[in-house]
Amino acid sequence: MCRIGSIKSKIPIQPSRALHLMLPQQEGHDNSGFAMVMQDLYGIFSGYKDKPLLSLACTQRGANLVDEYMDSHNFTQLAEWIPVPNKQPGLDIQAMPYYIFRNYDFPEDAEKMTRRQREDLLLDTRLALRKLLEENKAGYVYSFWPDVLTLKEIGDPRDIATYFRLWEDNGCLVAKSIVAQCRQNTNYDIVRYAAHPFFLEGYTLCANGENTFYTKNKEFQSRLHRGYIGFESDSQCFLNTLHYVHRELEWPLTYYKHVITPLPFEEIQQREDREILLDIRQSLAHLEINGPNTIIGVLPDGSMLTCCDSKKLRPVVVGRTEEMVAISSEVCGLNAIMPQRDESLDIYPGEREIVVIDNDLEVSRCKQ
Amino acid sequence: MQAVKTQDVGINDLPWKIEYHAERCTMCGSCVAGCSFKAIKTEVQSQSLTVSEAGVPEPRHIFKARPIIRQVASLTDFCRGCGMCEKVCPNNAIHPVRNPDSRKTLLSRDAGPIKRGGRTNLNAQRTLDSIVVGRISQMTDPSLDATRHTFDIRAPLGRVLSAKDLPLKVEKGRLVPAGHTPPVQWIYPLIFSDMSIGALSTRAWEAVALAVGYLNEKCGLPVRMSSGEGGMPGNLLKSDYLKYFIIQIASGHFGWNRIIKAMPQMVTDPAAILIKIGQGAKPGDGGLLPAAKVAEHVQAIRGVPKATLASPPNHQGLYSIEESVQKMHLSMSAAFGFRVPVAIKCAASSTSVSVYNNLLRDPYHVCGGFFLDGIQGGTGAANEVSLDHTGHPVVSKIRDCYLAAVAQGLQGQIPLYGGGGIGMTGNAAADAFKMMCLGANGVFVGKVLIQLLGCVGSETGRCNACNTGKCPTGICTQDPRLVKRLDVDKGAQKIVDYVLAFDMELRKLMAPIGNSSLPIGRSDALVSTDKAVADKLGLQYVC
Repeated sequence: MCRIGSIKSKIPIQPSRALHLMLPQQEGHDNSGFAMVMQDLYGIFSGYKDKPLLSLACTQRGANLVDEYMDSHNFTQLAEWIPVPNKQPGLDIQAMPYYIFRNYDFPEDAEKMTRRQREDLLLDTRLALRKLLEENKAGYVYSFWPDVLTLKEIGDPRDIATYFRLWEDNGCLVAKSIVAQCRQNTNYDIVRYAAHPFFLEGYTLCANGENTFYTKNKEFQSRLHRGYIGFESDSQCFLNTLHYVHRELEWPLTYYKHVITPLPFEEIQQREDREILLDIRQSLAHLEINGPNTIIGVLPDGSMLTCCDSKKLRPVVVGRTEEMVAISSEVCGLNAIMPQRDESLDIYPGEREIVVIDNDLEVSRCKQ
Repeated sequence: MQAVKTQDVGINDLPWKIEYHAERCTMCGSCVAGCSFKAIKTEVQSQSLTVSEAGVPEPRHIFKARPIIRQVASLTDFCRGCGMCEKVCPNNAIHPVRNPDSRKTLLSRDAGPIKRGGRTNLNAQRTLDSIVVGRISQMTDPSLDATRHTFDIRAPLGRVLSAKDLPLKVEKGRLVPAGHTPPVQWIYPLIFSDMSIGALSTRAWEAVALAVGYLNEKCGLPVRMSSGEGGMPGNLLKSDYLKYFIIQIASGHFGWNRIIKAMPQMVTDPAAILIKIGQGAKPGDGGLLPAAKVAEHVQAIRGVPKATLASPPNHQGLYSIEESVQKMHLSMSAAFGFRVPVAIKCAASSTSVSVYNNLLRDPYHVCGGFFLDGIQGGTGAANEVSLDHTGHPVVSKIRDCYLAAVAQGLQGQIPLYGGGGIGMTGNAAADAFKMMCLGANGVFVGKVLIQLLGCVGSETGRCNACNTGKCPTGICTQDPRLVKRLDVDKGAQKIVDYVLAFDMELRKLMAPIGNSSLPIGRSDALVSTDKAVADKLGLQYVC
């Protein structure tokens, strides 16, 4: 079983905070990797919040291929953070030669584009880069989106943090929202793409569990949207469904829960909105999930959310202070980073609700 | 002394031979009275005996005339192996024995093609038995508890729209309807298949209907029953119970005169309309009700004289699938105010995927279900050549149809139901579960229901005399004397008990794979011990 965690804070925080949230939970994961998505960035990217930020890990040839592609597609490089790795001996990390975190300015003709078209351009660019790097076995691209940074690596999370000097809290990487996870895929091959959190067009998601409807989710999703690719992990299906329901269908967030864990028919029959709920259930039957799961997600507007499977077979807890809300698989993670909080305010979400944290850190519990 | 005549029919030419023990027989006559086929008779036989009647041995030889039971050597009144004689005999003095040297199939075509009921007797191979539920939740995720957890066992029947086509709008943060969506019923994934009044005796049909009522009203299982092509009793059409029935229309349109006349008095809608295009047991052939079974009440319901009722192989006037969609689906939908799903039943065929594709792509979105009936389906009457030599297995065809929909992103839009041999070995739940993992939304069963009522027919040539009007169990006959053998209440109870066990067995299969909803399309949950089956169905091969 994975452990997942996230922090949403009024005051920008550094990645070490997320590591402190995750490490006490290490008995539950195998310390086989570290992955995080940072959003609402400060530090060295604070001046470029509206410019797309490319996060990738690659070889020398991969870096050249990406440069050539971005140049030929009229993306202009703005800021860049190149980690200076701490290569002390004995670190457990399977590092890639290059890590690129780079802001670009949009091509000139993007000025005439609608917001949706610009977002499409970013997605298509990331998909093209992924294809290019895959064909040349030259690296991995994780996200290309304004104000979003993704870091993933294989190894011991403590050593990965040492390698990237995340323990030093040097102020380079700072954000108000971090979603993190400390384990590589165990069911399938270990590939960097399989490590959550996953990111797609403003939506971030990580999951703790086993989606036993993976095959039917995957078969359905692979025809729904060009961005639903890879499927290296069954957890990607949660992100695709969140993206589909919220962005493509433009349904309110509460219906996400109705899609992935629909109410039993007997309960639907008692509801005033049964017609709608049945319509949803039958039309999106192949997006239902089964098995034990908890997810943490972030929406394009910055809201953070968590919910569970319909039988609540995986744990999750939400803790809060005035400045910070954190979501964690286990309460020991919260105790590590917010020991002073009022524990009586901790929320253990039920199987029939979505807990949403907005940008003012207001926590709302939406009953399914 | 008699001379041998080569062309005379002998007992050894027949498929079953009666083994009779004269020494145990008390000549009560029950077996002869109970044999509806007149395959046995009483006869007086001269016997050569050595007897000793004194206190000390005084053997002497006598000839004595004694009555016995004897099998009839006839190609028309032959023993079907039904075993009613054995069942009724108080002294275990008589029973049929299968005759491996039978020449009957060869000899009995004097009056044209052989007709019979039952299933195919040649193609009884069982694909589903080489498939095992092999993806068990072990450590990566917990198995569920079949008795303590809740399970959602329902299947859609009706045309499902893609989410993008749903007429919904957002008002105050909630979705609200903004137009008409086709009707969809969520039913139990086990449909009682279409056996007509006529093919079945009224008591047998009543027993099945009674079981449906009980399962719905008392057990909370929304099992639906198809009327078959033969109409329904008027009182039932006008009752609230109509909602549990799927009314069938087939090429003979039998019973529809009465159905249409009853429409103004209907107090509720039927569950669905099922247009029967073909039947797995005899694809390309229409329904057949021999005159012997067209009793007075059958004539009344169907509005016909006493004659053999042969439905045409096609719906007349339809020359293309587009027509079928436009004319039949739309007119049936319109008849019930677009409130009732209209589904279609076809015999499985090499062309099934093309048919399904056509229905999926139909711009009117009118087809509410695709029922595929395989070669192992049963029938009340058919030419044996059709039963044994035409048809198509249903398992791979359901899979093909599902995958064709997957390839277009249209899976789930027209619910798939598979039938024909489901429960053939007695385990309908296992069969249904595997069919659902392969892509079916549910299954339909017919033969297993009448077997629960008492039918002894089998795919190894036992009985299968449904076409004769002489069904020894009173299920497939209109002969009042035979029909009285069937206890309606006991029959209904047997079906109810079976379905309740089916429901628990489905849970017992869902729980180990960690699913609380039906695993439609979860082919990853199945493995096959047969490489060819695994390759064809896209399953993991295991050994």
